[in-house]
Amino acid sequence: MLDLRLYMLQRLSALVMAPLVLGHLAVMIYAIQGGLSTAEILGRTQGSALWFAFYGLFVIAVSIHAAIGVRVIVHEWLALRGAALSLLTWGACAGLLFLGLSAVFAVTVQ
Amino acid sequence: MTVAQEMLDVTVHRGTSRGAQYDSFQVPAHESQTVLDVVSWIQQFADPTLSYRFACRVGMCGSCAMMVNGTPRWTCRTHVNKVAADGKLMIEPLRNLPVIKDLAADMDPFFDKWTAAEGHHHPSQTRHDPIVPIDPTDAARAEADLGVECINCAICYAACDTVAGNPDYLGPAALQRAWTLLNDSRDDGHAGILDAVSGSGGCHNCHSMGSCAQYCPNELNPMRAIAGLKRETAKSFFKGKRNA
Repeated sequence: MLDLRLYMLQRLSALVMAPLVLGHLAVMIYAIQGGLSTAEILGRTQGSALWFAFYGLFVIAVSIHAAIGVRVIVHEWLALRGAALSLLTWGACAGLLFLGLSAVFAVTVQ
Repeated sequence: MTVAQEMLDVTVHRGTSRGAQYDSFQVPAHESQTVLDVVSWIQQFADPTLSYRFACRVGMCGSCAMMVNGTPRWTCRTHVNKVAADGKLMIEPLRNLPVIKDLAADMDPFFDKWTAAEGHHHPSQTRHDPIVPIDPTDAARAEADLGVECINCAICYAACDTVAGNPDYLGPAALQRAWTLLNDSRDDGHAGILDAVSGSGGCHNCHSMGSCAQYCPNELNPMRAIAGLKRETAKSFFKGKRNA
């Protein structure tokens, strides 16, 4: 159910996420100081390659990490296995990628 | 004047994996009585159809392992007064295994996984080669020594919640055996062992909950062995062996 490849993918994605989570929290705390408005935030993020890369990488790492985690939980608690389990893993990954990247594009590209 | 005989209130699992019920027995309590004594009393004096398994009675063979009040234990080394202060005992076959009958668990899946984890010696030399001395202070030998006292009783396997949720998982005992062989300089199956423990039921499924180490009657630590396997397979991953 969790072979070496999936195990390493989940650990390596966690490694990528760790500094990004800290960066995200720092940005959130910074952004609400003094009441930044949505327009002001978008003014800084739109067209920024840095924020696109930061949150784009974050979304990819989260999608991989969470999909494997959900796979383990569903297998152990709901006994789902085989092709259905693989479908759920890929579905969770694709869903998170779609939602996350939609947000990243909306905030940094438009 | 006669003193009233104290009795134990014992509930015993009867039946197989296909259907089971629980029978109650009143068993005379004695000083220094073990749970195996209780089971044997029931079989000898109350119900001769009760099936259970034991051999050595001194904690060497591991065949009398059962669930006692929900905890996996060697029944021959478990005193009743240590686990049933209120005189109530619930005795069941080992968890996570099919049941042959009553208290006898089917050990086949346990030993099949032992084999699947390459838990057998892979000779590096023939009987005609000179004996290579083993240095007991060598770090790898010391690591191998930590696991050699395992007697395959399956207590850790019954205690493992990951096995309960994931029946394909090889389990603590088989993985600890794999780790012991991996650290044994006389074993020549290292690549095969790493491969065997990296599959879909391999060491990476362990959540490090530690029930194996908690309940092992020999005070071994399979969780440490599994952590070692995770380390070694991760190293092999970075060396380009995607399936170890």
